[in-house]
Amino acid sequence: MANGISPELFDHLVKLAALELDAEEAKYLLSELNKQLKSIDELEAIPIKEDEPITSHGVPYSDVIRAPIREDEWVSCPNPEEILAQAPDTNDDYIVVPDIPHTDLE
Amino acid sequence: MEIPDLSAHQISQMIRKRELSAVEVLEATLERVRAIDGRPGSLDSPERKAEDEQAVHAFITLTDERAREQAQAIDEKVSRGENPGTLAGVPFTVKDIFCVKGTPSTAASRILANFISPYTATPVERMEAAGGIMLGKVNLDEFTYGSSNESSAFQPSPRNPWDLSRVPGGSSGGSASAVASGQGALSIGTDTAGSIRQPAAFCGVVGLKPTYGRVSRYGLIAFGSSLDCPGPIGRDVRDTALMLNIIAGEDVRDNTAVTVDVPDYTIDLEKSIKGMRIGLSPDYFRITYFDAESGRLDEEKIDGEIESTVLSAAGYLAEMGADIVEGVEMPHTKYGIPVYFVISRVESASNLHRYDGVKYGYRTTEPVDDLHEMYRKTRGQAFGTQPKLRILMGMYVSAAQYSEQYYNRALKVRTRIRNDFDSVFDPRGKYKLDALLTPTTPSTAFPMGDVYGDSVIMQYADQLTVPANHAGIPGLSIPAGFDSSGLPIGVQLLGPDFSEGRLLRIGRAYEMATESSEWRKQKPPVLTHK
Repeated sequence: MANGISPELFDHLVKLAALELDAEEAKYLLSELNKQLKSIDELEAIPIKEDEPITSHGVPYSDVIRAPIREDEWVSCPNPEEILAQAPDTNDDYIVVPDIPHTDLE
Repeated sequence: MEIPDLSAHQISQMIRKRELSAVEVLEATLERVRAIDGRPGSLDSPERKAEDEQAVHAFITLTDERAREQAQAIDEKVSRGENPGTLAGVPFTVKDIFCVKGTPSTAASRILANFISPYTATPVERMEAAGGIMLGKVNLDEFTYGSSNESSAFQPSPRNPWDLSRVPGGSSGGSASAVASGQGALSIGTDTAGSIRQPAAFCGVVGLKPTYGRVSRYGLIAFGSSLDCPGPIGRDVRDTALMLNIIAGEDVRDNTAVTVDVPDYTIDLEKSIKGMRIGLSPDYFRITYFDAESGRLDEEKIDGEIESTVLSAAGYLAEMGADIVEGVEMPHTKYGIPVYFVISRVESASNLHRYDGVKYGYRTTEPVDDLHEMYRKTRGQAFGTQPKLRILMGMYVSAAQYSEQYYNRALKVRTRIRNDFDSVFDPRGKYKLDALLTPTTPSTAFPMGDVYGDSVIMQYADQLTVPANHAGIPGLSIPAGFDSSGLPIGVQLLGPDFSEGRLLRIGRAYEMATESSEWRKQKPPVLTHK
């Protein structure tokens, strides 16, 4: 197995996850993650065939029980003001966010 | 019997017959809440006081005014001679992971603490349309991530009505503790790894995790989208069946809610179970868990009192005519938790990316330079430990360089877990079972503070319930007595896809067989001390 999550990898994950953590919390989270990973490593012991099918949810989702996809029709929202009222910062019908930093696409 | 302790089917009948009014039922139930629930869970709640240890604390938000309006409307319908609905005047609670229009819908998290939902979840909408009266929103583990409710950002967290120094279980702990203590006859919970069945077992009530897709997830704040199942919690099997009748069925707003017909689950409840084949599996009488100190997987038998309760339940079912099949092999049961550690984390990480302080919920009040810093501060300040752990683990095990080793492997082992069930329920297979009978939990309710903080041990509380979530099959937990400390013991029935009716029928047979048992007369001590 892998040697667990290193502090460097942990910092990378924290950045990707967009989380600001204090040092004590980070230490606790890293140690819990590595404990969980050891438990997960048990999965390695199971002999899995190359062509073993995956299950993405348990109940087979046949056409017989699957609801038909509904028509792609525009339906107006009855209460947009209630939805906008939930935003932390708005200006008229716009949601306001802090500056979006400029990024050059590679 | 006091009004709040009446069952849902008794209440709705008495209201139709005008022996009780919906307003009377509601006021008596609100009085019960005032007497035993203490202060509701809140953010930044003042320090715990001695009196907090003497209350249940099931609620986050009591919606009493809304409930009064609904109860009056039911009484008016009855007086006009109109049909007030199957659940006429039945008070129920809603786990605060469901959106209900105009109410705080918090997921027990700081990040949604100020969110007022602009729409209502389908199962709640159906309960209200059937005449049910929503008392309020009840507490849970933050985003449902736990088995004790201690991780709620809204403190004090719920306590077990049978012993207030112990946890009610989780994550539907507010739901189970409310139902057990007469704060509503029914509650809507959710079950992703055992979150309906485990607290139902800990609190001595009935909890049903329906087949995946049986009940719509529209309006449910998502955790593990391939595992989440809304379901009923009640004090007896009939109430649970009645509630499933109402919440089950397809929904144009959730394409994963299947089109399978919804039978009337109450009709055949008391039909004989003669000839049904009910299996006992040794793989459900032990737990395998990771020991952090030795670094090994250890195996332990489950609590002896729980084991003997399950065997005695099998004896009662045999007396009712069932054939008990012993030695059923379920070899992949022990992989349920490691598989869950991977799949549920990937799905929760994905579902938690939407909380960004932009559209709704919490946004940091600290000054920030740009959008990214706002994201980091908002999420860092408002997610508790569990959501953070799940986001990080989910990102790790699904990262391109690790996903073959972890995520894809877990999905393959999930197939094996499903195959275990397929083969024992196969009518042409070795066992030809109608259902499996197992313990719901490896132990009874543990003391508050005992397990919290160790995310691995806490997860193993779900070892006997999580395989049903991986497989998608239904599972029913019913009360089956008490251990020597006076704590409830639950037994679990598992069956093939859409066999809810059969499981409820077996559960009802067990209730009838044990109707005169001494233990059925016990009431939670919190009700007698009030």
